[in-house]
Amino acid sequence: MQLTSQKSFSIIGNRKTKTRVEKAAQIIFFICAFFAIIAVFAISIYMLIKGVPALAKVGVAEILFGTEWSPTASEPSFGISYIILTSVVGTVAAILLGVPVGVFTAIFLSQVAHKKIAMMVKPAVELLAGIPSVIYGLLGLMVLNPLIYKLELWIFKDSATHQFTGGSNLLCAVIVLAVMILPTVINISDSALRSVDPSLKAASLALGASRIQTIFRVVLPAAKSGIITAVVLGVGRAIGEAMAITLVSGSSVNLPLPFNSVRFLTTAIVSEMSYSADVHREVLFTIGLVLFAFIMGINLLLSKLLKGGDDK
Amino acid sequence: MKNRTKKIVALLSACVLTLTALVGCGSGDSATGSELSGKITMAGSTSMEKLANAMAESFMEANPNVNVSAEFTGSSAGVESVISGSVDIGNSSRNLKESEVSNGAVENIVAIDGIAVIVDTDNTVTELTKDNLIAIYTGTVTNWSELGGVDAPIVVVGREAGSGTRGAFEEILEIKDACVYANELDSTGAVLAKVASTAGAIGYVSLDVVDDTVTAVALEGVAATVENIKAGSYFLSRPFVMATKGEISEQSELVQAFFEYIKSEEGKAVVEAVGLIAVD
Repeated sequence: MQLTSQKSFSIIGNRKTKTRVEKAAQIIFFICAFFAIIAVFAISIYMLIKGVPALAKVGVAEILFGTEWSPTASEPSFGISYIILTSVVGTVAAILLGVPVGVFTAIFLSQVAHKKIAMMVKPAVELLAGIPSVIYGLLGLMVLNPLIYKLELWIFKDSATHQFTGGSNLLCAVIVLAVMILPTVINISDSALRSVDPSLKAASLALGASRIQTIFRVVLPAAKSGIITAVVLGVGRAIGEAMAITLVSGSSVNLPLPFNSVRFLTTAIVSEMSYSADVHREVLFTIGLVLFAFIMGINLLLSKLLKGGDDK
Repeated sequence: MKNRTKKIVALLSACVLTLTALVGCGSGDSATGSELSGKITMAGSTSMEKLANAMAESFMEANPNVNVSAEFTGSSAGVESVISGSVDIGNSSRNLKESEVSNGAVENIVAIDGIAVIVDTDNTVTELTKDNLIAIYTGTVTNWSELGGVDAPIVVVGREAGSGTRGAFEEILEIKDACVYANELDSTGAVLAKVASTAGAIGYVSLDVVDDTVTAVALEGVAATVENIKAGSYFLSRPFVMATKGEISEQSELVQAFFEYIKSEEGKAVVEAVGLIAVD
């Protein structure tokens, strides 16, 4: 009884079932492997199908270079150049603010800090990476906004033309973004710095260089490709972030100046999707397409950089 | 061993069956009153989408054999459809025009949409006129001192394009496409939070969500209350009309039942659940 049941269930019962099972397994693995690729293709095609019609209806130049965004007006205009500019400026500013802090933290963790202190800081950084983005946004709204509004009131005390944002502006969004990319930058730079051959460091120190000289002249250049990867991943995170900055950026379409209320590519989609209709909705998909193009570009750049790193 | 398992399974399934039967009886009792069946069609105002859908859903829940479908084509198109007879009910988020009434449309106000203008609780300005509001939202007045308040800039908070509240606000004040917002937030809650936490901020939200974290401003000397809106003295409000061709009593039994349902306690609860004021 036991023997027969085993026989009927074994995949090597006879040659026929064996080849069948082998083939089936192969097909299943094949399908699994292509899930990701199918997803990428499906998303790309969907974005193109949804995003391109508006480009034709409204006009490529009008959408990409127009400065006025009033989608529900009786004569609507769909210019998203300020929105694109905001995403670019906001991301660059967040990188300029976040990367030095992140890289210096990584240097501290991997080169300078006492092991015990490093063991305390490292989990904190990892925890930072796990905090949901909406929490960053809430903290920005509760803590940062009032502070920045005070600064705004002080700077524009005598201005007659400035429109006060109540602290919800580009500056606030940039600070929140900078904090959000910290974990990415720190973790990847840290492992890049740790993987530098210790003999390089030893040689530099043996030749009489100070520790700071060694770090900046020897260790950092050796870990360059890893740190660039960290920066690119940080850019990716910053440009794709929506939840946190929708709470702190003010969401009016303006030129991205520090104290202007601004709208990013991501928040433009999030904030108007729910009630939009017709061409308005199609243009929101076009914004998605633009964002998609940006992120694809960043990913291509990243894979190129990673390949370059392997060659060395 | 096997037999015992079978017994237990049988016993359990018997229990489950009995329970389902009991539950079934329970719901059956409450639904025995409705023998309505058929189809109601609505078309009209996009602002009334939430109300129309919620009302349709709960009416269909109470009358499982009825199908209520709603399209959102805009107030004028909705009233046109009901006059031409292609739908049973035309939704309009404004009073009917005389031309529409003379063509046979009857105005049935089912709810009132009230908008409150809110400021932070420390603001000394608690009363504004229509012209004040227009000036603030079009950007010609930018400091509270110009309106008799303290010397503080006005932070103009509003909703995103496409929002029904924004549409109503701008329509009633006749400042469509002319507003200069410092903040365009994508939810009522966000507007409340922003105004509550920012000195000198002004915003607008549905009347029902106003709480004591903000001050609702009196407009033209009239406080923003449900009573004043019903009396018609508070101007920042608009009626939600479900227009029919001819009086309700001339409609099919099904449509009559639908209007009865709207006026019932359940219907009023639905109206209030979507943030509107029920009418008597």
